[in-house]
Amino acid sequence: MAVAALEQEILTLRKRRQLYSLIGLLLVVAVLVSGYSKSNDMNSGGFLQGLSKFFDYPGEIVVEAWEAGPAFFGLIIQYIPAMLETLNIAGVATLLGGAMAVVLAMASTRNVDSWGPLIPVVRRMMDIMRAFPELIIALFLIFVLGSSPVPAMIAVAFHTAGALGKLFSEVNENIDRKPIEGLSACGASWLQRIRFAVMPQVAPNYLSYFLLRLEINVRASAILGFVGAGGIGQELRRTIGWGKGAGDETAAIFVLLFLTIMLIDQVSSYLRGKLVGAGRAH
Amino acid sequence: MAVDTLNEPVFNRETVFQNVRRRAWVTIGVPLAILAYLTYTWFAFGVPNLLAKAEPERAAILATDSVAYKVHVTKLLRRDIMEVAIEGERRATYDAEDLPEWVEVDGTDAVVDLGKGYEITITGKVMEFAVPDYGTIKVTATNSGVDTELPPGPVPEWIKDDPKKFDARPTLDRRVQVTRTKIEVHNYFGGWENFWFPFHSELYGMSFSQLWAIALSNERIDPTQSNMSLIMHDFLENPDWQHGEVFIALFETIMMAVLGTITAALFGLPLAFLAARNFTPSKILRFGTRRLFDFLRGIDMLIWSLIFIRAFGLGPLTGALAIAFTDTGSLGKLFSEALENIDNKQVEGVRATGASQIQRYRFGVIPQILPVFVSQVLYYLESNTRSATVIGALGAGGIGLMLVETMKTSRDWENTSYIIILTIVVVILMDQTSGWLRRKLIEGR
Repeated sequence: MAVAALEQEILTLRKRRQLYSLIGLLLVVAVLVSGYSKSNDMNSGGFLQGLSKFFDYPGEIVVEAWEAGPAFFGLIIQYIPAMLETLNIAGVATLLGGAMAVVLAMASTRNVDSWGPLIPVVRRMMDIMRAFPELIIALFLIFVLGSSPVPAMIAVAFHTAGALGKLFSEVNENIDRKPIEGLSACGASWLQRIRFAVMPQVAPNYLSYFLLRLEINVRASAILGFVGAGGIGQELRRTIGWGKGAGDETAAIFVLLFLTIMLIDQVSSYLRGKLVGAGRAH
Repeated sequence: MAVDTLNEPVFNRETVFQNVRRRAWVTIGVPLAILAYLTYTWFAFGVPNLLAKAEPERAAILATDSVAYKVHVTKLLRRDIMEVAIEGERRATYDAEDLPEWVEVDGTDAVVDLGKGYEITITGKVMEFAVPDYGTIKVTATNSGVDTELPPGPVPEWIKDDPKKFDARPTLDRRVQVTRTKIEVHNYFGGWENFWFPFHSELYGMSFSQLWAIALSNERIDPTQSNMSLIMHDFLENPDWQHGEVFIALFETIMMAVLGTITAALFGLPLAFLAARNFTPSKILRFGTRRLFDFLRGIDMLIWSLIFIRAFGLGPLTGALAIAFTDTGSLGKLFSEALENIDNKQVEGVRATGASQIQRYRFGVIPQILPVFVSQVLYYLESNTRSATVIGALGAGGIGLMLVETMKTSRDWENTSYIIILTIVVVILMDQTSGWLRRKLIEGR
């Protein structure tokens, strides 16, 4: 009897699970179908008309780039300084944001003996910093400081500090406390414990996340350039604004951006693989 | 083994010293390199120049404007009329019988009490401004410009005296401007004006309990519709704040993020099988799929959205597709890595029961990668909500575009701060929801 009852129970459980999966699936399908039809209505151009035109623009700039011939490579080289500016924005923002994230992470993890009352405050602070879309800070600072790379840099750094701070503090939570206890037994101060017991344990993971963030930030800085923060994005906006005839320059910027992002992606995933061991890099 | 290590110590003095020396170099070299890089960018970004040109007063004005509103008392000299209006807008003009108590209008003359002893008297074409601790400023509008009579002594910084235009702002919340065509006094108040209902709505200035009573009462204010719908209509159609449009824009942004992420996940998963070593023996197919992922990711959301804007016009569809294309690459790569790391034992166990290929995938593979799948999709959903605001600003629409537009017109900064606050609230909500879902689905609580 007991076995039969158990079997019955398993059966009901399985049925209920299948029902939940079905409901979940239906929900996703409903969201997709209604969402796409709704957004198709809201769009100024429809999907079906657009589909036929989809390759027009890429085709147009490819043709113009092809017509430019060898001069195309000259164009690519011409835009390298702008690309470098975007990379600098990302680089400085990641460095400053990362440095701030280390401070925030060390102040918000119980596991590394942060000061108790500070922990929830810093955590909420990081939540808010992460939630600020870069765009908002960048636009605000562009208004105050004028069009330049600095607003974008500050905006990206601000967001980076929050995002990396959270990841860093998760790393801190998983470290081995024995070295910290060993050091405090010899009377080390908090800073000394952080430096000699925590840092050596977390450094590889920190660096790995840092590189991942650099990758993300290069993309973000390119986009922010488009709203007026300098770098390759601004050049792109200019050439696109010219409309027909500047297709070769637009194509040159696309190619340069693509190559740079790919290069940084590959280098960073290779380095991350080395830092934390293959398979754990993500 | 142990004896071997005893006989030949792995670390001799020389290697230890070498290591220590290398460490020392790194400890000094890395910070120096970073410092050098920062110095280089300091000049490459033109920071000194920027600091010289920065306009901190713009930030101050902006900050006051985003938490305060002003009431204009304007005398139009050509037509000889006096107007009192919130933000100087026609649709928010006070009636002559119902002026705020700090303004006294007598025909076309007026006395404006700005508080704390600041008082402005407008008589004909003459404006007299009594400023405590300074004296009385007398400005007369003439046919060619303005004549100013200042009290003796040096001219303070807050007065901009120009033959064409006189402008005085002794404190952040009191300002007067005189040109040959008009005299305009600004009096600032804290808060967001007309936030709930338009100035001329019957509901203007009502408290929540009053509104609640009206919503439930039978007597219709407007005979054509119920009170409930009148309240909703007046709130959503508020011309100053455009609540309705802001909510639609927010909805568009969320839709872009949700549609884009789900689409990317649905396309990324099957493609990930093609890119995983243990599922696709064909090297060419694997290589092709991986390069496709790299290509989709490398093009970047910026370029994808520009291409899609050309093809599909402005709107959430464009944004959703741009997100979907980029993230099919990112999610596909992540999923394929997860697939390569699965435990083969479960698959073999399922195979031993005589399961077909589809069944092996369904019961041997999917349960193993489901946690990675769900958590990554939720992470991307969260970050895509932020990306969707940025793509919107490029022209895809939604709250991003609205933000850029209100900032560009810079008419009224409280609108901008309203949109900013709503955006951040939405992002935080998405963040919390996805965190909650992740805990619920993966940890089972």
